[in-house]
Amino acid sequence: MRTITTQEITENIKEMCIEANHTLSPDMKAVFQAAVQKEESPLGKKILNQLEENLTIAGQDMIPICQDTGMAVVFLSVGQDVHIEGGSLKDAVNQGVREGYTAGYLRKSVVSDPIERVNTKDNTPAIIHYEITDGDRIHITVAPKGFGSENMSRVFMLKPADGIEGVKEAILTAVKDAGPNACPPMVVGVGIGGTFEKCALMAKHALTRNLEQPSPIPYVRQMEQEMLKKINDLGIGPGGLGGTVTALAVNIETYATHIAGLPVAVNICCHVNRHVHRVI
Amino acid sequence: MEREIQAPVTREEARQLKAGDYVYITGTIYTARDAAHKRMQETLDRGEELPFSIKGNVIYYMGPSPARENRPIGSAGPTTASRMDRYTPALLDLGLGAMIGKGKRSQAVIDAIVRNEAVYFAAIGGAGALLSKCIVSSEVIAYEDLGTEAIRRLEVENLPVVVVIDSQGNNLYETAVLQYRK
Repeated sequence: MRTITTQEITENIKEMCIEANHTLSPDMKAVFQAAVQKEESPLGKKILNQLEENLTIAGQDMIPICQDTGMAVVFLSVGQDVHIEGGSLKDAVNQGVREGYTAGYLRKSVVSDPIERVNTKDNTPAIIHYEITDGDRIHITVAPKGFGSENMSRVFMLKPADGIEGVKEAILTAVKDAGPNACPPMVVGVGIGGTFEKCALMAKHALTRNLEQPSPIPYVRQMEQEMLKKINDLGIGPGGLGGTVTALAVNIETYATHIAGLPVAVNICCHVNRHVHRVI
Repeated sequence: MEREIQAPVTREEARQLKAGDYVYITGTIYTARDAAHKRMQETLDRGEELPFSIKGNVIYYMGPSPARENRPIGSAGPTTASRMDRYTPALLDLGLGAMIGKGKRSQAVIDAIVRNEAVYFAAIGGAGALLSKCIVSSEVIAYEDLGTEAIRRLEVENLPVVVVIDSQGNNLYETAVLQYRK
């Protein structure tokens, strides 16, 4: 049994919220640089260059990359040999978000109720996904999610007979409908299988996976590459103003499902695909 | 074509702008997004005056992140315009000159743009740090309780935008995509 204090968790979450909103991970930077080379539209190239400049300014001057600093999505994989001391884990995470969004000059974009819509003024509560795993560590991923792209995400409950072609069509439909609204070039997270909520969670999780690391499953890897090409052939381009780079990557996760179903979720993310990982 | 314009914009100036033009805006503009639009609509429904004169003015769909010390504003990029579609035709009919946002507009908005010879610009979504450098000053002028969604008067210098829907109803989102579709 290893003891981890809630204070340590709060401190890490705080730092991760600030880091994620000012710096993109190395894999995001790498796919971005490759995109600038590939873009054929002059206006598209100009926009991609400005987005790179935006990243430089954000890091140097500590101005958030995007004003929509998101709702804080937090994935926690807690080893079963960890003992948490000092209070509730949920409170510790929310305290980290509260401190990070305040100290980091991040926008408070959360309302306490979807209908009454009163701003909570500290960006809490976070969306927390817990998982119990082996070991005595906590793996934390903080992924602030903006809603321009979140609003364009979809769940499709396909039939088994729709097969892989149905899945591909669903992905293209979601991306086409998202168009300029989702701040392309996008990152497309896809969850296939499971249940209604499981596929959505996989799609979200897929966005946090290293973009340079394809799926270990051969047919999935092939589909990721094929869909990236098909999406880029749509012509939507940077900012939706036409071009050959509409997506930076397609990440797909799969899971077992029911004999009667083929759930597919497409979680669209803009080019500010923020995620920071830490192990404590 | 590259152009420089002053805000507010006159009908004549708006008429000159064509879908695809790359435009640098200098002058005074106003921010408003979801909650501010809802309040403006309620104000109009009650027969009262809007908190700023709408005629020829430019609304930027934007809710900034908080400003650090000695800066006029935080990150300041556009938000998705279609969420304001429900409120926009009424504002255009009252003389709203231009809008800056990102993403598609409804047919009702496009019709109102043409009817009033206005213009819809897109700013680069997700470039809030870069765009904040074009904002010289920012002052909350209404609905302060809405926080980031309050109405702000901004002084901007060479704010880069692209004409997406012009006064004739040409729509760059429709045409540019066809050019690169394979």
